[in-house]
Amino acid sequence: MAPTGTSPGTSLGTPAERREGRLKVTGAARYAAEHPLPGRAHARPVPAAIARGRVTAVDASAALAVPGVLAVLTHDNAPRLADPEDATLAVLQDPHVPHRGWFVALVVAETLEAARAGAAAVRVEYAEEAHDVTLTADHPEAYEPEDANAGQPGVREHGHPASAFDSAEVRVDVAYEVPPLHNHPMEPHTSTAHWDRERDRLTVHTSSQGGTTVRDTLAALFGLPEDRITVVADHVGGGFGSKGTPRPDVVLATMASRHTGRPVTVALPRRFMPAVVGHRAPTLHRVRMGATADGRLTSLTHEVATYTSRVKEFVEQAAVPARVMYAAPHSRTAHRVVPLDVPTPSWMRAPGEAPGMYVLESAVDELATELGMDPVELRIRNEPDREPDTGKPFSSRHLVECLREGARRFGWARRDPRPGSRAEGPLLIGTGVAAATYPVQVAASTAEARALPDGSFVVRINATDIGTGARTVLAQVAADSLGVSLERVRTEVGSSDLPSAPLAGGSSGTASWGWAVHEACVRLAARLADHAGPPPGTGLSARADTAGQADAESSYARHAFGAHFAEAAVDTVTGEVRVRRMLGVFAAGRILNARTARSQFIGGMIMGLGMALTEGSTMDAAFGDFAESDLASYHVPVNADVPEIEAHWIEEADTHLNPMGSKGIGEIGIVGSAAAVGNAVHHATGVRFRRPPLTPDKVLSGLAG
Amino acid sequence: MGSDMHDSTSGGPSGGGGGAPRGAGAGPPPEHRSATTLRVNGKPHTLLVDHRRVLLDVLREDLDLTGSKKGCDHGQCGACTVLVDGRRMNSCLLLAVSLDGSEITTIEGLAGDGEELHPLQRAFLDRDAFQCGYCTPGQICSAAGAMSEAAAGHPSHVTDPALPSGRPVPLDRAEIRERLSGNLCRCGAYPRIVEAVRDAAGQDAAGRTEGVIR
Repeated sequence: MAPTGTSPGTSLGTPAERREGRLKVTGAARYAAEHPLPGRAHARPVPAAIARGRVTAVDASAALAVPGVLAVLTHDNAPRLADPEDATLAVLQDPHVPHRGWFVALVVAETLEAARAGAAAVRVEYAEEAHDVTLTADHPEAYEPEDANAGQPGVREHGHPASAFDSAEVRVDVAYEVPPLHNHPMEPHTSTAHWDRERDRLTVHTSSQGGTTVRDTLAALFGLPEDRITVVADHVGGGFGSKGTPRPDVVLATMASRHTGRPVTVALPRRFMPAVVGHRAPTLHRVRMGATADGRLTSLTHEVATYTSRVKEFVEQAAVPARVMYAAPHSRTAHRVVPLDVPTPSWMRAPGEAPGMYVLESAVDELATELGMDPVELRIRNEPDREPDTGKPFSSRHLVECLREGARRFGWARRDPRPGSRAEGPLLIGTGVAAATYPVQVAASTAEARALPDGSFVVRINATDIGTGARTVLAQVAADSLGVSLERVRTEVGSSDLPSAPLAGGSSGTASWGWAVHEACVRLAARLADHAGPPPGTGLSARADTAGQADAESSYARHAFGAHFAEAAVDTVTGEVRVRRMLGVFAAGRILNARTARSQFIGGMIMGLGMALTEGSTMDAAFGDFAESDLASYHVPVNADVPEIEAHWIEEADTHLNPMGSKGIGEIGIVGSAAAVGNAVHHATGVRFRRPPLTPDKVLSGLAG
Repeated sequence: MGSDMHDSTSGGPSGGGGGAPRGAGAGPPPEHRSATTLRVNGKPHTLLVDHRRVLLDVLREDLDLTGSKKGCDHGQCGACTVLVDGRRMNSCLLLAVSLDGSEITTIEGLAGDGEELHPLQRAFLDRDAFQCGYCTPGQICSAAGAMSEAAAGHPSHVTDPALPSGRPVPLDRAEIRERLSGNLCRCGAYPRIVEAVRDAAGQDAAGRTEGVIR
């Protein structure tokens, strides 16, 4: 039987139950809109109704006449902000409209109904300008960015990829297109702000992946010292990257509270979200692979074109995984970006890796077909000794083991490799495989650990639990570092009054926070060892700051890896694709909580399933907006879409990571899963679809040839 | 048990200044409000309801029952699912004024009084059938409704047409997936939710509705 964590030093790795679980299943967990402070008002933003131009006049008189409306804020009367580092937060500061859906006014009212009626009554006049929202690979304004997201170089080249491609024995030259995708966490972006004028204190409940950044941003924007601001993010209804940075809701709520002197909640209506909370930018891909007849890559080129807004530059780093995955003596990975009059794209679960690996792993499957080789074996044949782009040794890399273990569990050996070889009536059945990778990221953090006289311990850190189980896993880290049983440790997270910590993003949260918690607990244990008798009345505490340690450059290439297998049934009459089973095997360092880790892996795989089959957004060229702006039109997977899914992992011992030996697990599940589904559809039908999602209209057209 | 009088135009349960209607500036004119009595989790509440106010906002804003969540406000996500007279409904689509006399059960009242969890709540915990938790109350209320519907013989899209009409429908995985597809979960807890509902339905099978489970 597995250890339960009840004896000292055995907590990590056990499937400890979520500490906030009971609050969540009973409805007692309060999210950002659910703090009914006395006199609390509601505010509703007014989105711009043009794609480009400026506001020439706002007539708020009808809105102010609506019973219950307290104020209408516009660029004429809203509090002035200092120039934000993130220009998407400069709301109601000038009449400029950079894209449709940009907020041009805010109506504050006693009730939700009055705010909505008031917002509908605001009359805005615009001077409209011609807009351009259409991404093309040869757009005249396209440029090579110096850096793509995550500080990745825009372009990398090794050897002579073009000539090596031209002289290769076997070649694949393919174009893929990934549409815009929306994060759509279940809880809309929401903030409740209370600017207490008498005490000159600002308290904000916000739905964010990182409260420390929100506090620092509000301090800078409103010119308030950080110690006068408390940002609470106790329970957060998902984020998937879109809550990784402060969003307009928190700025607007703070403005409205300062203006009215009341606590104010801004909960973004679902349909407003696609324009203002970030999204995955569309990516146009061209991949060229040259190989020897026995399947060794000689040349690999992955070129990506994407867009950003005119508000700020964000470049989806979709060519980056090709720098990590396969050995190729000649390679080129490059991004081009076009600024357009579109909403500002940003992080969505595994930015770069998710679309990049969808395309790379589909192209590898195409190469396997060209070579007449098994796609599992082709990947194994091109396994690199060192990270191809940097030449660094891998701290650990068990992709081959993931592929082999996955193939064994999935029954890959029984597969007839010929496409279209398996039919059940009108259904064609196929199976596919794809690899996964996600980088190890870790940031500096602080934490405090305290021993109390009653023999219990408290760990304090402004980590955020967005559903990952951060409270639980940090208690496990602390218990093992202190050498005590799990029940004796309590964690306090989700408030900026706690020791500062980085955000829950980039699959880095547990590594970053856990490192600081571990250090604080080790120091506390040393203090306790020096101290005779129980801790004094206030307890004994120790703090840690991992700056210079956790964020130090590593001489190793550090990544998690994985392999996805999928079985799909394609209905040749309706064009519907149903996935029957998915299986993922991951190598992500030490798994710290088997229960919550499995939930994260499976959740990521399901988001990949959505990317493959149902999720896609369309930028309407004439209107300049997303056509799919709500959950009725943007189809996230529902329960009936989701088949039997298994997630497994290989225990990996890696001493070059952090004291826990863990890699991040929040994102790797989505990386490659869409490609496995697409490859299964190709195996089923013999048709290669290169523009997800594989909706019935596309599948029927493809089957018709 | 007394009846609470609330003014649903006051901007919150603690903002109403003792429950007395506020001035004309605070809400719609009296002809746009009606006294409405709802029995919520066994307790009667009579409210002066803004005719525009939906049940979800009555629960969250007037009664401070924030377990019912607002994910889309358009009946597209299911996070606001509650039981109205025993049937599952999207509370964001129901005008509260139209529900006078109705019996409402929310996640807060599902287990009744006391510390004991409802079998579905217990099963969701045991199976880790959630992550962020925002869809969870809706999933659980929806599952409770779905179990009643199946027990009452309501067929779904995937029910075998050969099954005798009016007989309890066995809740296998396909039935659970189909019947819970109105409740979105972006964290992707679906496989765990199916397991949790199977567990809870199994407890029912042993206790009350034997034979329902295949």
